[in-house]
Parts: sequence; C-alpha cells; structure tokens
Amino acid sequence: MVPISWYLIWAAALFSIGLFGVLSRKNAVAILMGVELMLNAVNINLVAFWRYLDVRAIAGQAFAVMVFAVAAAEVAVGLALVISVYRRRQTVAADEIDLLKW
Amino acid sequence: MTPDQILFIVTALISTLAAVMVVSRRNMVHAALFLVLTLFGVAVAFVLLEAPFLAVVQVLVYIGAIAILMIFAVMLTRNVTDDSGDPFNKNARVGGLAALFVFSLLVVMFGGWSQFTAYPQAGDTSGSIVQLGVALTAADGYVIAFEVASMLLLGALVGAIFVVWPRQNENE
Amino acid sequence: MTDPLALLGDWLLNLLAQLNLPPGLRQVILYLLGVSVIATVALVITIFNTWLERKIAARIQDRLGPNRVGPWGLLQPIADAIKMLTKEDTTPAAADKVAYNIAPILAVVSVLLIWAVIPFTSQWFGTQLNVAVLYIAAVGSFGVLAVLMAGWSSNNKYALLGAFRAVSQLISYEVPLFLSLLIPVLLARSMDISVIVEKQATLLEMYVVAAPLAALLFFISSVAEVGRTPFDLLEAESEIVAGYHIEYSGFKFGMFQAGEFMHTFTIAALTALLFLGGWQGPGVAQAPILGLFYFMGKSFAVYFVTMWMRSTLPRIRIDHMQALNWKILVPIALTLLMLTPIVDYFTKDLGVLFSAFGGALTLSWRFAALLLTNILVTLAAIEAVRRNAKRNFVERSRFPERPVARPPREEAA
Repeated sequence: MVPISWYLIWAAALFSIGLFGVLSRKNAVAILMGVELMLNAVNINLVAFWRYLDVRAIAGQAFAVMVFAVAAAEVAVGLALVISVYRRRQTVAADEIDLLKW
Repeated sequence: MTPDQILFIVTALISTLAAVMVVSRRNMVHAALFLVLTLFGVAVAFVLLEAPFLAVVQVLVYIGAIAILMIFAVMLTRNVTDDSGDPFNKNARVGGLAALFVFSLLVVMFGGWSQFTAYPQAGDTSGSIVQLGVALTAADGYVIAFEVASMLLLGALVGAIFVVWPRQNENE
Repeated sequence: MTDPLALLGDWLLNLLAQLNLPPGLRQVILYLLGVSVIATVALVITIFNTWLERKIAARIQDRLGPNRVGPWGLLQPIADAIKMLTKEDTTPAAADKVAYNIAPILAVVSVLLIWAVIPFTSQWFGTQLNVAVLYIAAVGSFGVLAVLMAGWSSNNKYALLGAFRAVSQLISYEVPLFLSLLIPVLLARSMDISVIVEKQATLLEMYVVAAPLAALLFFISSVAEVGRTPFDLLEAESEIVAGYHIEYSGFKFGMFQAGEFMHTFTIAALTALLFLGGWQGPGVAQAPILGLFYFMGKSFAVYFVTMWMRSTLPRIRIDHMQALNWKILVPIALTLLMLTPIVDYFTKDLGVLFSAFGGALTLSWRFAALLLTNILVTLAAIEAVRRNAKRNFVERSRFPERPVARPPREEAA
C-alpha cells in the first residue's frame, strides 16, 4: 500500500507548481490554470485524509465536492472577466491590465 | 513494490510533469491540454484512494467542462503574447522562490506530523457514495454548505453571462 | 444451463495456473483479455452495422444498397476498411503533430470506454461500477475534447469552425442528456446500470412506461450528441466541407468514422438498458444467456429508429438546433426532474393498480402516476410551444393569394 506521505508530497508539489504559475505567468488564462492546479492539490489532500484517517467521517469527500463547485464557479466567472477585458483592451496579459494601479 | 505503488508513482510523475508544462509552455493550447493530463492524473489518484464518485466527477467537471472552457477562452483571446515572447512576468524569479519555499514548508510541516507515514485504515469504503449523498443533504450534515454551493453556481452562471453579454452602446 | 463464458474463464484460469504465473499477473492477463474481448465485440458489431445501415437506408430510399462484395454485399464493410487502410495517411505541414494524432484515438476510446459498464446479460458485463451512469456521462467528455483537439490541431479554418460548431452542439445537448439520464437513476435508486436493469423485471415495469418523456429526451439528445441526421451540423457536407475532421485521411479518418458508428449503436444500447429493460425478458431467470438476445434485440430496435431517422429527415438549421435544446428540451427535462421525485415519493407505497397474466403485466400505482405526470408534462409542453410559436401563418395571410399555375381546364373541355 501507499503511505499517506506520498500523496501529501505529491499534492504539495502540485500546489507549489500551481502557485508558481499564479505568481509568474503573464497570461490571465494561465493564471487561472495555476489556480486550478492548486485547488486540485487541495482536493487530493482532502480525499487522502478521508481515506487514511477516518473512513466513517465523510467530511473529506464532502468538502472535495464543495471545492468542485467553487472551482466551476471560479472558472466560469474568471474566464468571463478575461474575455470581457480582452474585448475592451485587446490583451490578456495580467501586468498590462493596470488601470487601478497607482 | 506492489502494483498500486507502481501505479501511484507513474500517475504522480506524469501529472507532475504535465503540471510543470502547464505553467511553463508558451503555447496556451498546449498548456490547456497538459492541464487535462494533470487533472486526469488526479482522477486516477481518486480511484486509487477508493473514491470512484469523486474520480468520475473530476473527469466530468474538470475535463468535460473546465478544460474545454479554458481551451475556448484561449482561442477567443488569441494574442501576440501567446505564442512568442516571454510567458513569464518580471516576478518569475521571486515566484519560483516562493513556490520552492512553500513546497519545502509544506514538506517540513507534514514531515513533523505524527501520522506522516500512516497506511490506509482498514474500512469498508463501498458505501461511501450513499454516505456522501446523505451527508450532503442531512440537516446535521453539510446541507447549508450544499445549498450555498448551489447558490454560488447559480450566481456564477448569471454573473458570467452578464459580464460577457455584448452591450449595444459599447461597440464604438 | 451452464454459462459458456464462465466455463471459458475457468479454463483460462487453469491454463494460466499451469504456466506458474503469480496470481496478480494472472488477474491482470484475464482483465486484459476481457477488455480486448469487449472492445472487439463492440468494433465487430460496428462493422456489421455499417452494412446494415447502408442496406436499410437503401431500402427506405428505394435502392438496393451494397450487393456486389460477398453474398448480399455482406463483405462490403471489409472492402471499405481495406480501401480506407490503403489510402495515404497525410498530416498537414503546419499541424500540431501530437494533438493531431491523439485526437482520433481519443474519439474511439471515449466510446469504447462506455462498453466497460454495459451488462450484456445478468452475468456478462465488463465491470459492475456503482457510479456507472455518471461514468458514462464523464467518458463522453473525452469525445468533446477529441473534437476540439482535431479541429484545432489541423490548423485549418474550416476544421476549427467545424470544431466550434460541434463543441457548441455537444456541450448544449449534454444538459438535457444528463438531466434525462438522472430519471432512471431516481426510479431505480441506484447509478449502477445492472441494478437499473434488474429493477425493470416485467413488461410494465420498464422505465419507458414510467418515464416515456424522459426516454424520448434521452434518445433525442443522444442522437444530437452523436451528431447524426437530423443533427449532423458537425460535418454538414454541403455547408462546412466536413467539419472538424476535414484534414484527416486514411486510417485516422476511419477511426473518427468508426467512433461515430459505434457511438450510435452505443446510445441505442444505453436506451435499451436504461428504459427498455436491457437483458430482461421471459425465461431469463432460468437461462441467463437468453438475456443477450433480448438485449441485442432491443438495441437493434432502437438502432433501427436512428437509421430510419437518418434516411428520412432533413438537416435541422443551426439556430433551430440551439432553440430546440434550450427552449424545449432543457425546460421539459428540468420540469420532469422536479416532478418525478415528488410523484414518486407520494406514490411509492400505494401498491398494485392491476395485474394480469399471472403477474406478467403488473402496473403499480407508482408507475401509473408517473406515466400520468409524463403525459401531463408533454401536453403542457406542446401547449406552451404552440402558444409561443412564431405565427408565420398570420403574416402570410395578409398578402393576397398568389395566382397558382393551373392547367387551363375550361378551354380544353
């Protein structure tokens, strides 16, 4: 059997890669992809804790379902915003969208 | 090495490499396709963790909806910065360091946990779908979270349509 | 009566045991054999179906159909396959090679994966999955991905436009498809297809009796999901050359084609399983192998309807396609999905309405109430559509009647 540490380290790696994507990609869609990676890493952890610690308490799976819902909502609104910004400014580079910067 | 260990290592390696490609590829459609591979790896992990419902929902929601939406968004926002030039902004180095820092922090923190090398608890997981369904709708379970999630999805649906709806007076 | 497949399995297990393989590897080999058997069965049925389809379409359109290769043209699909394999396999110079080559594989795989959970008889099935219905919905999304990958990687305007059209249709029709898929799940209280089939034991317990409207919705939206006439806008030959697979040739094109034919039969099989009782039929309890014939018979009956539709109906217009989905199918499916559990809850303990032929025809109050609900929803939907229809005929009646060319009858007489 696989010990829980493997899942935790893998999820940590996915989370950090996602974090890197969020922090350093120019393209706004790529930033959203990074967020998806981070959410997935969280889901792996939730389900791994459910399986390894207490199978009778369903909280891990229930919260994974919540994460699915949040991820779907986040992507729908996020991509709508990206497309809306692209229509007005012809760019999706996050550092060129700086109207609110001072 | 047992078969499920081999399966885990192959899955984890492929999906981690694919995740690296997601954040580093210049071509955004390629990045989106690699994202599909990563998400599929996570679905395989859910199968290994004996959560088939979540694995199927992962494929349905992430690959069937989110990844397709991502590819559509990439194609609708084609730009010169997509295929040429630096895909990273000027914070890339700091971002890389921060990611490394977070990774080592997580590993150190988990490593200090008493059950870091725990093996799965013996238990019957076959009824977990029924259990999950009951928990999501029971009054002493997660019914409020479930309803809030449904309201959130409805709000996101309406909001997304509102944001991208073409308005008449803006087409100057 | 002994099960021939079980005998075969025992024989294989003994054979592998004699080879002194470790038990884990033995199991893996058996699984691989099972997978290849099911995949081969699905593909062989598909090859036969192309012949059947051409023959039946020909008869409907008053032609003969293939009759040159082999008796009654039976070897025609093999000749076609050889022709397809010997064609040049081209790849556009500017194509995205990897995605271009993966797309046709994904298109076939997304359909083949469905066959893993289809029960042929009460004992023969690939795997008994307790989330089978959701699994079917999930693997379908690989098909959408394949279309998008094929259209994008071909680096061709027509292919990309075709892919966009295709994906917008596939994603739209997934909504009523999944909503109607949930109704048998609600009635059987299980997502396991084997359980859904087991619950439809007698003729009036088939879910097509309790939910005829859901069966119709499922059938229409899955035909749209396959992209067959009248929903073949994806590859409308006369409008957008061939849609997303315009750049494909030879074997890869053949894979798209095979995937489409296989998908059509798969939806027929799914309709048979979810609404027509699958392998259930008289005498199945004594001889489970009879179930295979019942299942295949029901599947081919549904498949015949798709062929019939294909050879008689014209292509639907693209705005009509979307309007049909969002203005008619989705509201009906949502209404049905709300009403079915309510009616089901209040009638589930009411017992039997009538029983005839020693229990062979037993209609429970629950199914009668559900049937009534379906009929009422259908009538309401027809009324709503009729009231909100664009009244073109009123507009037309404003103009004076145009003179119609008639043979000069009086002068001749």
